[in-house]
Amino acid sequence: MRAPRSRLTFSGRSSGADRLFEYGVLAIALSTLVLVWGLVLQMAIDAQPSFDRFGPGFIIGTQWNPNTEIFGALPFIFGTLLTSGLAILIGVPLSIGIAVYLSELAPPWVREPLSFVVELLAAVPSVIYGLWAMYALRPFIAHSVEPFFMSFLGWTPLFQGNAVGLDKFTAGVILAIMIIPTVASVSKETMRAVPDSQREAALSLGATRYETTRIAVLSYARSGIFGACILGLGRALGETMAVTMTIGNANKISWSLLDPGQTMSSLIANDWGEAQGIQLSALIEIGLVLFIVALVVNLFARLMVGRIMKAVPTTGGGL
Amino acid sequence: MNTFAYRRMKNRLASFAALACVIIALIPLVYILFMVVKTGAPAISWGFLTNRTVGTGGPGEGIGNAILGTLLLVFYATLMGLPIGLLTGIYVSEYGNNKVGYTVRFFNDLLANFPSIVIGLLAYALVVNLLQFGFSLFAGSVALAIIMIPIVSNTTEEALRMVPNSLREGALALGVPRWKTVLKVILVNGKSGVITGALLSVARIAGETAPLLLTAFYSSYWSSSLSEPVASLPLTIFRNYNSPSKELLQQAWGAALVLILIVLSINIGVRLFLRNRTVKRKVVKNWKQRLSLRT
Repeated sequence: MRAPRSRLTFSGRSSGADRLFEYGVLAIALSTLVLVWGLVLQMAIDAQPSFDRFGPGFIIGTQWNPNTEIFGALPFIFGTLLTSGLAILIGVPLSIGIAVYLSELAPPWVREPLSFVVELLAAVPSVIYGLWAMYALRPFIAHSVEPFFMSFLGWTPLFQGNAVGLDKFTAGVILAIMIIPTVASVSKETMRAVPDSQREAALSLGATRYETTRIAVLSYARSGIFGACILGLGRALGETMAVTMTIGNANKISWSLLDPGQTMSSLIANDWGEAQGIQLSALIEIGLVLFIVALVVNLFARLMVGRIMKAVPTTGGGL
Repeated sequence: MNTFAYRRMKNRLASFAALACVIIALIPLVYILFMVVKTGAPAISWGFLTNRTVGTGGPGEGIGNAILGTLLLVFYATLMGLPIGLLTGIYVSEYGNNKVGYTVRFFNDLLANFPSIVIGLLAYALVVNLLQFGFSLFAGSVALAIIMIPIVSNTTEEALRMVPNSLREGALALGVPRWKTVLKVILVNGKSGVITGALLSVARIAGETAPLLLTAFYSSYWSSSLSEPVASLPLTIFRNYNSPSKELLQQAWGAALVLILIVLSINIGVRLFLRNRTVKRKVVKNWKQRLSLRT
């Protein structure tokens, strides 16, 4: 609980050195902003040749062929959405379970260290996730998990083909693991922000711990939890290395999770080395599409999380 | 069906499920650490850490140039990113109680959530395309610096917010100019938080791979020139992870072990350092409370 702090006001007289310092710091703060958004503009200029050639049809083009120089983004948009969707499907229930445990059930002495260990998952570099997924997760998924799903979901289009392990399913699972720290810690924070009076009210009516959590905590914090999931989605959309290493790299659209695929970011990582001319321009345009999607998702998430975190003062300090 | 026994059972089941989620999430972490240490440790030797990568997997090959490359990339990125991030944080915390401050903070928060490959594209647009530098150490450091700036500025801002206003008022009341107050009183008092943020951002950029793939590229030689491609630990892993050669694969695991040791030791070190600080802070706070009770 931070008490609101008084704002100091100035008489308006400040020395030259003071003004110099303030404007100098301001200039530096603004320089990053101008630089980054200027570079986004530069990216758009670099993508211009591709845009001129393919127009808006680039988004729904299904071919990616460097020989005939016909490029379209749909297979990669599709791959990104499918793997991220799978990641959300697996990662979110786990993360909410973790957040409930850390926020409501864990004894106080466990809470802090355990939160730290869960957040360590975010510290592991993504290329190491990829390496591990290649040699530990992939064999496990190919031998145990995929045959299991094929045995009773084999009739759906999602599980057609052979269990190899270098496919969208493995990529989705590794993404799920990678978004857990984000979703769990933001959800936990929003649950901690629920006033204790809510819990006390439910408990005093004779609710069990589980019922209290469901009635008082989860429903109160639901917009924050939803925002956390969207934040996790933003992570999953942009993740590159671990996906590149596990998805199998095939530039085609297929609904089956057991087929190899490609996401927007993994395509850029794979093709960057040999891309030239119009292909390079098309890759940059794909990067731009990824950027816009991630930006919209993040803005939306901030809106949702911001609504519940309003209680925590975000401004205040300073002179 | 809504008997007490039934509700209690449901409660137990739910608690158990929540605990199970925690355990399921910790399995990958433990498994990754275990596997990287177990597979990577046999690769480690003095020669492995000091020789350069040739790329054939022959005897006496090492990852020395990749270690040097990662250190150089982090060094130059810190050189550019740390001052900018620090000053941005100072602006937002000390002068940013207005529309400009909110705007800067908002866009920095957005920048912190950009996909890292997009940052690579931005650095490519600047250094490789606009400045005509080519794939280089400089391009890689710029990419990492862009990742570093919002992290450092956010943590600096938070750290300076923790400095009590009474210190600002005290310094100003003594006639200290405002800029001196900021640099000599506020920054010095918030220093542990600032250092924490800087270290965490270093740990974060040391493991970044995708932006380097687009900017610094890779080299199997000892190169420390700003205008040439450079090797790095993450890219050594990425180049060798799928290699049919056992020796090259072993190199990837060795590099992974070195990288994860760097990243985790910074993270855990900062954590231990911070815990000591909070204990100290609490001690000071309690001591002050007792003082104020007396007066």
